[in-house]
Amino acid sequence: MKYRSQKVAYYFFALSMLLLILQITYGFIMAFAHMGFDGLHEWIPFNTATATHKNLLVVWILSGFMGAAYYIIPDEAERELVSVPLAKLQFWSFAIVGVIAVAGFHMGWFEGRKFLEIPRPLDYLVALNVVGFLLLILFTLLKGKKKTTTAWVLTMGLVFAALLYLPGMIYFENIAVDSFFRWWVVHLWVEGVWELIMGGILSYLLIRLTGVDREVIEKWLYVIVGLTFLSGILGTGHHYYYTGGPDYWLMIGGIFSALEPLAFLGMTAFAVQMYRKGNKKHPNKLALFWTLNTAILSFLGAGLLGLAHTLPQVNLYTHGTLVTAMHGHLAFWGAYGSLVFSIISYAMPQMTGRKIFDNKIGNFAFWTANIGILGMTTAFAAAGVSQVSLERIAGYEYMEAAKVIEPHFFVLIIAATVFTTGILLFVWNFIKFGVPSDDALQPEGDVAFQPVS
Amino acid sequence: MLSKKQAKTFFLGGTLLFFLIFIALSVDSLSNGIPENTHPEKMSEQAKLGRYLWDKNNCMGCHTLMGEGAYYAPELTRVYSRKGPDYIRAVLTAPEGWQPRGRKMVKYDFTDEEVDALIAFFQWMNDTYLNGFPPEPMMAQPQ
Repeated sequence: MKYRSQKVAYYFFALSMLLLILQITYGFIMAFAHMGFDGLHEWIPFNTATATHKNLLVVWILSGFMGAAYYIIPDEAERELVSVPLAKLQFWSFAIVGVIAVAGFHMGWFEGRKFLEIPRPLDYLVALNVVGFLLLILFTLLKGKKKTTTAWVLTMGLVFAALLYLPGMIYFENIAVDSFFRWWVVHLWVEGVWELIMGGILSYLLIRLTGVDREVIEKWLYVIVGLTFLSGILGTGHHYYYTGGPDYWLMIGGIFSALEPLAFLGMTAFAVQMYRKGNKKHPNKLALFWTLNTAILSFLGAGLLGLAHTLPQVNLYTHGTLVTAMHGHLAFWGAYGSLVFSIISYAMPQMTGRKIFDNKIGNFAFWTANIGILGMTTAFAAAGVSQVSLERIAGYEYMEAAKVIEPHFFVLIIAATVFTTGILLFVWNFIKFGVPSDDALQPEGDVAFQPVS
Repeated sequence: MLSKKQAKTFFLGGTLLFFLIFIALSVDSLSNGIPENTHPEKMSEQAKLGRYLWDKNNCMGCHTLMGEGAYYAPELTRVYSRKGPDYIRAVLTAPEGWQPRGRKMVKYDFTDEEVDALIAFFQWMNDTYLNGFPPEPMMAQPQ
């Protein structure tokens, strides 16, 4: 760690881990409810659990992104953050708004809009908070000695993510119009500007972990994010097939959705190739594992499993079923969850000075979390395909089909337990690092490179 | 070999081009396609209240509408024609909360006006055209 102010990232990483554990807890509540064990229904009905589960997902990942930005931007801009007290204020206000939102869900205070359930009065506070965050990042970058491509791509991803939140704050009486704009937020986040953030963080990590020349990595970064927007913007059309949009979206959405895996494949090839090309290897193997894992699982989850049901002819039958949950879980984990774990794995040894680079707990956490999520994806796939066959093909009533597919949720719970074990071990490692210390400051930055043996 | 400047041009140029196409298609969808398919002019004040209640109670947290929502309860786009208004009323006013096959729905204390509003909303929803969604099951339901 080169700059004292980078330590502020720790708060966001810690919050991120806490919220992830809470998110998983609500996931278990939902999985048990699907099996018929809904003993918490009086206090946490399913619609509260799902709003909490989905919004905690968004918030823990955003918290990870914010931590990443606070860690990366000073390093890239070669100066301290413009204000640490304001960054801490932004952190606490962010956490408080999150707590109010989650508490509100349990009192029936929400908007029934998937992923955007936070009620509008709180939306304004979120927007205010994010503006504060962006100003701190932008001023740091603009006042910095260097303005690297990596820093700009990351920052622009964050700026556009904030701008795209705005259409989701408007109320439309026509629910089809509401849905149209809701996807401007959700789709253009996860299959658009969040990939800018992902590209920026991956680029930063690859530069430091592989020793490949910055110019080479940043050149390919442009190509990858270019491919992302080339396919992802019009790929939004796959959300407009059956939600009241005109029929030309079937063709446009179909073609550009089919191209979306290319961007993720590019991301995978980019990371793997840079790793192979690197003439130096960083000793932080765990960070390298997580970085490569992000590149590979994002292709599998977001790319391939997305393609598996975005062709309009297939989507007509799979739309609105658990097949979507199959794609969603591996996509979010592979592209964004794993990414947050990558930057945490890289930054924690730097911030604390404790060189936990390759320990047994960390390795076990890596494998169990990833095997667990693959098991969960398989369980969702089995449940989803069964649901489609029974409901959409054979004509079963919804609850008749739901009873038949209950056993798949037992498998889901088993796999989720494996996943959770991995997450808890990762968090245990995170706690073992301790808190950031000025003793970890290195005037020359990360000097941990070692020649390949 | 591709230079960094060319890569940047590809990124900025491609993004701008596809963004502009997307905006043009969005304007067309919002001004022509969606109104033609959903007939917002036919939305009564009752239906508008029903739509508001749909959001306020996070019905999407269990059900799907237009295929969007959670997957814990039935898809409701065509519930008006599939089950009829009396059935919907019975579900919304069940004294202990609706419990199909043991799965519990939240017990709502809707007023008669609110129940009528939700039924009106489902009726409006029933008349929307969604490019063939939800599909008719290929096989008949087993007896």
